[in-house]
Amino acid sequence: MKFNLLRCSVLLILTLLTSINKNTFAQGLNAGEIHGNFQLDAQYYNPDSAIGALPVPEKFLMNSFTNLIYTNGDFSAGVRFESYLNTMLGFDPRYVGNGFPYRYASFNRDNFSITVGNYYEQFGSGLIFRSYEERGLGFDNAMEGVRVKYTLLKGIHLKGIIGKQRYYFNQGPGIVRGFDGEIAVNELLPSFQEKKTKVYIGGSFVSKYQVDQDPIYVLPENVGAWAARLKVNHGGWAFYSEYANKINDPSSVNNFVYKKGGGLLVNTSYSQKGLGINLSGKIIDNMNFRSDRTAQNNDLLINYLPALTRQHTYNLAATIYPYATQPNGEMAYQGDITYTLKKDSKLGGKYGTTILVNYAAANGLNTEPVASGLGYKPDYFKLGDVYYKDFNIELQKKISKPLKFTLFYANFAYNKDVAQGKVNEGMVYANIEVLEFTYKFNDKHALRMEFQALQTKQDMGDWATIVAEYTISPKWFFSTVNQYNYGNPNKDSRLLYPIGQIGFIKNSTRITLGYGRQRAGIFCIGGICRVVPASNGATISISSSF
Amino acid sequence: MKKLTFILFVVVGFLTSTFAQKQDHVIPSVDIKKLDGSTFNTSNIKNEGKPMIIDFWATWCSPCKAELNAIAEEYADWQKETGVVLYAISIDDARNVDKVAPYVNGKGWEYEVLSDVNGDFKRAMNVNNVPHVFVINGNREIVYQQNSAAPGDDKKLYDIVKKLAKGEKID
Repeated sequence: MKFNLLRCSVLLILTLLTSINKNTFAQGLNAGEIHGNFQLDAQYYNPDSAIGALPVPEKFLMNSFTNLIYTNGDFSAGVRFESYLNTMLGFDPRYVGNGFPYRYASFNRDNFSITVGNYYEQFGSGLIFRSYEERGLGFDNAMEGVRVKYTLLKGIHLKGIIGKQRYYFNQGPGIVRGFDGEIAVNELLPSFQEKKTKVYIGGSFVSKYQVDQDPIYVLPENVGAWAARLKVNHGGWAFYSEYANKINDPSSVNNFVYKKGGGLLVNTSYSQKGLGINLSGKIIDNMNFRSDRTAQNNDLLINYLPALTRQHTYNLAATIYPYATQPNGEMAYQGDITYTLKKDSKLGGKYGTTILVNYAAANGLNTEPVASGLGYKPDYFKLGDVYYKDFNIELQKKISKPLKFTLFYANFAYNKDVAQGKVNEGMVYANIEVLEFTYKFNDKHALRMEFQALQTKQDMGDWATIVAEYTISPKWFFSTVNQYNYGNPNKDSRLLYPIGQIGFIKNSTRITLGYGRQRAGIFCIGGICRVVPASNGATISISSSF
Repeated sequence: MKKLTFILFVVVGFLTSTFAQKQDHVIPSVDIKKLDGSTFNTSNIKNEGKPMIIDFWATWCSPCKAELNAIAEEYADWQKETGVVLYAISIDDARNVDKVAPYVNGKGWEYEVLSDVNGDFKRAMNVNNVPHVFVINGNREIVYQQNSAAPGDDKKLYDIVKKLAKGEKID
């Protein structure tokens, strides 16, 4: 009841503001603006036992949301209406029904900003605190409470947060409090202002409170974590590092061990025109941090542990063997090069050629068990089991004005037990090749095709995919995706997955209709993944912003 | 109670639709970062009365990169002819944010590239997903937006920019 009252009052204020401004003061005062966006995704499900599609008693499922933001000078307020009738396959079924889970008001003046209600925020790279949303994955750990930001002096930025985290249409049991400070040394110190080297120093502290009602264990009710970071930029060079530490925080994810947690992230890059190099490494040790110690999966995460691997875009590379950071422990490193051969050079051709090379590896920690409740002792100078390895190379070349193509090759080693929580499925080794080309018939019409192949002796065996997309700029697109699991060791599973789509785009409104078979897959953005079960049917998707 | 909230929601929605048309849609003010790490307030997105393009993209978004690479080839001419400035807003998060500068330089882009690492500017601009491109007139008002990037869309964008530069009306 209280909850609903709050929702109503925010809406009432919004309504009043709009109507007052519109009718009474429109001429005299700045009336402010209201803008927003809308998205709807729905599917009609056909039964299809061959692909293992789950039965859908409702036959038709829909997810939708609408954001409204009112701004008037220094003031802004907003709400999001979400509707799951019922939630689509692949999203958490605890998203059910309608509600306004996101509403806020915020005020900015001079160096001061205050937000009440819901907000998203991140400290540093997020190792100890990140509140964010990935609507496409159904991920949302928005804070509800108060946030204050203050610029103390030019170059000193302070943030304070307190609140509870969103848990579907409710809130998690814990309270999260935090503080972050960042100093831009060049802005603060006049003598450094003209220096070519830019230095930023930051530090943060986050603490969660959750009452201990455990009948057996004595669990810490307040769990504190701190982090320090340094960023240095000099011309084409950039260096970033963040170190984080967390006190003992027994949870169901870490099997209730009392060990401290730690994390280190190091990234260095160099770039100049035509060349970009990036090297990064990290150690994550017992850094699962949630506002409920029994939460699992993507629920009530306080921090964000990014995967140091390339975020693939070709379907077979992106959704069959994706990898996300293992919060209990991981050592990972990555190297990434982008090199563009000049136009009109011997190798670059008339339009230039770009080569991208990436290598990433993630291993478990090398640990020794210890007898006490501390669980284990890590050795950071030795690697543990292989979790993931990915070598990939890509060549992009424009042949002529209308024709360009991309060649892509990747080699994966994928620990399915660790990455997908399976038992005794072991390592999967896969090769992936892609040829993509785009041909422009004229200024409006273009055809893009992808030929993808994946070979592996393990798991589901070989796959082939053909994507064809015909676009008429700026309004129409027609696409088909055909996937064929021709090498599945189980002959009954050697299935074809065809999908057809038509899209219409009018400015910021986009309508897509589709029909076909969707194979099971894992869709990831950043460090968060969503497992999508196989389905068959007709889909509609509408998105708009205004 | 739920019904009431819904009715209110519809009312607000209705007011919005009638209201928004009469208003200029200007760029909201949000703190994001430049690639050198310094804080940049989006109220500083301006171009001395000349048109601008704001293009939301990510290193993992192929159509975004295809369009920005296509524009990159013409950008010098666009700038000479219309004075347009393109702000490329990367929504890459901590996983990929450090790859943005190497990619941008590796590709030789001359855009103003900014990093919106937690989606604050994206939310304020009501962007659902990338690619999402805005064309802004000299008064910092949004006059056109497109939630796609197909081959040829760059030409459509430039047609609008040219009209703005000449002071013609956008339909």
